[in-house]
Amino acid sequence: MRENLHRFFRAARGAGVRVSPAESIDAMRAVSAVGFADRAILRDTFLLTLAKTQDEKRALGDCFDLFFSQPEPEQDKPDLDKSDDQDKQGSNPSADAHGDSAGGAPNDNIGPLAQMLLSQDRSAISTAIANASNAAALPDIRYFTQRGIFQNRILDAMGLQRLRDDIDNATASNPSLAERLQDALNGLRGTVRDAVSQALLLYGREEAENLRNEILRNAPLARIEPRQVEQMRNLIRQIARRLRERYSKPRKRQRRGHLDVRRTLRRNAAWGGVPFLTAWKRKHRDRPKIVALCDVSGSVARVSDFFLLLIHSLHEVVDDVRSFAFSGHLIEVSDILEKKSPEEAMKEIMAKVGFGSSDYGNSFADFEDDYMSAITPQTTVIVLGDARSNNLDPRADILKRIGERSKRLVWLNPEGRMVWGFGDSEMPRYATFCSVVRQCATAKQLERAVSDIVATYQ
Amino acid sequence: MADTRPTASIEAVESGLAAQGYIASRQIATAVYLSQQIEKPILVEGPAGVGKTELAKAIAAWRGMKMIRLQCYEGLDEAKALYEWKYAKQLLYTQILKDKLGEVLGGAQTLAAALDQLHTFGDVFFSKEFVEPRPLLQALEQPAGCVLLIDEIDKSDAEFESLLLEILSDFQVTIPELGTVSAVAPPTVILTSNSERDLGDALKRRCLHLHIGFPEQKLEERIVESRVPGISQTLRKQMVGFIHEIRTLDLKKLPSVSEAIDWAKVLVLLQASELDHEIVKDTLNVLLKYEADIEAAMPQVSTFIAKASRQGVFS
Repeated sequence: MRENLHRFFRAARGAGVRVSPAESIDAMRAVSAVGFADRAILRDTFLLTLAKTQDEKRALGDCFDLFFSQPEPEQDKPDLDKSDDQDKQGSNPSADAHGDSAGGAPNDNIGPLAQMLLSQDRSAISTAIANASNAAALPDIRYFTQRGIFQNRILDAMGLQRLRDDIDNATASNPSLAERLQDALNGLRGTVRDAVSQALLLYGREEAENLRNEILRNAPLARIEPRQVEQMRNLIRQIARRLRERYSKPRKRQRRGHLDVRRTLRRNAAWGGVPFLTAWKRKHRDRPKIVALCDVSGSVARVSDFFLLLIHSLHEVVDDVRSFAFSGHLIEVSDILEKKSPEEAMKEIMAKVGFGSSDYGNSFADFEDDYMSAITPQTTVIVLGDARSNNLDPRADILKRIGERSKRLVWLNPEGRMVWGFGDSEMPRYATFCSVVRQCATAKQLERAVSDIVATYQ
Repeated sequence: MADTRPTASIEAVESGLAAQGYIASRQIATAVYLSQQIEKPILVEGPAGVGKTELAKAIAAWRGMKMIRLQCYEGLDEAKALYEWKYAKQLLYTQILKDKLGEVLGGAQTLAAALDQLHTFGDVFFSKEFVEPRPLLQALEQPAGCVLLIDEIDKSDAEFESLLLEILSDFQVTIPELGTVSAVAPPTVILTSNSERDLGDALKRRCLHLHIGFPEQKLEERIVESRVPGISQTLRKQMVGFIHEIRTLDLKKLPSVSEAIDWAKVLVLLQASELDHEIVKDTLNVLLKYEADIEAAMPQVSTFIAKASRQGVFS
């Protein structure tokens, strides 16, 4: 059973539950306390000892159900290795007898696997598959591309070579036997394929997800396919969670060296002002205040969508976010984003200001007229856009004033640096007034940009 | 009659807690049972008012142990949670003993000799006499064991979590001047958290993690029954059904078990025999704690009552 528990821990890790060695020891001790008799209690025990968040509990519960729905490898002879096992089954007289009665063919000269298949002993076959899976280290499967390899390894371990020889021999001497063996082999292939697929589901899920996320992180946001949008949203939420964890730590930090005389005296009043306990001056750090101006025209819209989602998922880290969207003119969209789901909010924003040709000059003018007061010396202003103003007046002077009023002015441009300044791009002119200008085309770049902005406040 | 022996079975835990009026689900009972078997703290998470703190109280009452409670808040530190030196007493004693100092140092001719003399007296001022034990140290010093409740750990600072690690894994604390104090009898430790912030992995690793959510209807009926014995069966079914309907709404704060119990008490006080629109409208503020929530629930009240009473008929 120990072996089984270890395989379960491995499956749990595959399902994304972080199981440390210490936790697996705890789980072992707990299991030895409650026993295996009641599956519901066993499940609860694992949920208590291994999973440490609700998400993990859900994942582990699913994993438990999946894991214990498959046949368990032979329990009573765990110390015998696989080949012994097969010999034993091969020399098992009852299996022979079965084979005889079923086929009626002389099978003194066929291998153990062939005998097993002829006898149609399901439990023996599934046991053999489970043992062969262990021998082939099936729990190490990580990617779907490994399916073929593992399938072959398992079949080899079960004695495929011998079976093939048997079939070859039988084709000449006993065609009907050869046919039956061939059918059985095809069936066996199917069963093994299923076993491997299930193992992949069990052990490889996290790895596959990591790979997918890694690809997604580096994919250009503006050009991802509609079916990937939901995945991308999940990824953005993950990024937001990571940033929250990193930056939501308490922001007060002791500044040793400056004695807070007032607080020290108060604190030590009880023992006549003798300073047993010292209080030191602390420096409070502001939480970031962000004003975001997002271009929602054409190809930039999707990047803006994800950017707004990220910024608005950072409640714990960011004190105050005001977002504005523009293409031809500019409106404030903070309320829409707060109240509605990302999909609906984006739809509404697009209906209000999207689908126009972008006019940066006009939009900046709108901002200066109505919302300039939103910018304080603690504010970071982020402009997200490709700076393609259709040859209209760029009004860089407004951007200059915004830069002067704010703590920092960051421009994120989804286009590559190569094309800045070509065609109707006003990027070089705007860039002179920005504290930072960076390319921001993928989720990775987006994460780094936002992370840097928040970090300047720490 | 403190009983420090581990309990025999999960059923025994369930019935023991039930005797104290705490109706535990199977999962809770398993957690309590395991925590005694493998001597691990339980970290209880869940929404406010589902009985996290009650669980600790019930365990203490059931096993006849003392309960020591440490309420966490921002800025809680070592001096308030673990131990503190009795500075005033130390100061006072030095003043009183000033005169004795001459006798102690009587024969010493040189400064070095005087110092040697003093050293032979040891660190009298940093001995057990002058330590003010705070909840954590108190819990370790209980000869008969105790239930240590560390309430709302998520409200404390991240540094305080690290302070707890030694206690949680080895049931001991280290006081620099005195050395390591180990538990006389390992306490049963319950930590509660409202998930206001994510706790560190190191802390989570040392605990059994129990999530208590809103109970199922049957369980909640049993809880109300045990807490408010005066309530009739039909009314109980109806009100619990009604609360379960309310929980399907998207509200700021969903009514939890404690609100259900309060509401049951109120209904009994008002001598209601069954739910009707009028009485629900008048007492909805017991269940829902935000004006916006009440407004959101109000239009649904009639449908929910109808649904809840229909459920009562069939089950």
